[in-house]
Amino acid sequence: MLEYEDRIIELAETLLKDRRVDMVIGFRKGTVPMMNEPCFIKNPEESRLLVWDSNCGINLANYLMDRKEKIGIIAKGCDSRNIVVHIVENKIQREQLHIIGVPCKGMIDRRKITAMFDGEILEVSEDAEAISVKGDGFEESVKKADVLQENCSICVHRNPVIYDDLLAEKVNEQIGLDRYEDVRSIEAMPAQEKWEYFEDLISNCIRCYACRNACPLCYCPTCFVDESRPQWVGKGQDAIDTRTFHFLRAYHCAGRCTDCGACERACPVGIKVRAFTKKLEKDCLALFNWEAGLSTDQRPPLDVYRPDDPDEFIK
Amino acid sequence: MEHMGIEPDRLHYSWISSAESTKFVNVAKTVTEAVKSQGPNRMFIKKEAKAAKAA
Repeated sequence: MLEYEDRIIELAETLLKDRRVDMVIGFRKGTVPMMNEPCFIKNPEESRLLVWDSNCGINLANYLMDRKEKIGIIAKGCDSRNIVVHIVENKIQREQLHIIGVPCKGMIDRRKITAMFDGEILEVSEDAEAISVKGDGFEESVKKADVLQENCSICVHRNPVIYDDLLAEKVNEQIGLDRYEDVRSIEAMPAQEKWEYFEDLISNCIRCYACRNACPLCYCPTCFVDESRPQWVGKGQDAIDTRTFHFLRAYHCAGRCTDCGACERACPVGIKVRAFTKKLEKDCLALFNWEAGLSTDQRPPLDVYRPDDPDEFIK
Repeated sequence: MEHMGIEPDRLHYSWISSAESTKFVNVAKTVTEAVKSQGPNRMFIKKEAKAAKAA
């Protein structure tokens, strides 16, 4: 994936010089190891800041909302699906975008790596298969496949579904994966255990809303948690309010979530935020045969009424 | 809702037109019985926040 970097820089420079876009959204190196920051390039010379490696997990579609300029955006599989969702939901026009498609084999989870070492990690570099971690008194190599982000390890849409330029050959999609193993294990629990499982999951939540802010789908001008007239949800860390926030946010993302993992990545206390949306994703697939963001032509199932919509639960 | 741990028998859906009064009575009775059989609700109870006591 690293050979993409030069192509990205070249393409960004060309697009900006030719004025085909006003701005390119990509990543640049952050100030600490394993953290890349989104960056917004407006001058062709700045293109050399762009990077691409296994730390580009943030979903850049988050930055597209309601923009009026022509934008070049670097999109991996999940990002491209969120771009499709935005187009379908009218938050950006297809004509404004020059999508630079990047087939992706998965991003690494920095928390898995920091958990492996005791000292401070000072430098991280990588090649095609392995990550080299250098720190205070240690230097080791780990296999990328062992430290992938959870959503990346079960990804079935590694190739961008929409693009103007494809940076490389499409990669093979993973097939035969059970994407919903964890959801099924929760479904098998009795009610009390389910309650406690989620109680446990959100016990660390500090209501920082990093998950909401990182999510490309969360773009309401006034989020339901910020509303105070009427106040739907309490703003403190009360367990019931926190549970309401997470579940209600998951419902708002139902049928739209592409499992990009930005929420889990953003959480400062390491909550597995994806647990909430996975069940809804599974149900959408089972009930409506729907996966979010695959085509700009189809309306999402929660948008349209079809006479054959499942309704056995209504007595 | 079931996924988050609410007992399945607490939440019911039904489609009743205002002209179907008998159905409404029956559904109301069935639902009340079903929910009562689950016992008092122990979840979704918000405790009142403890206010700081004045010195």
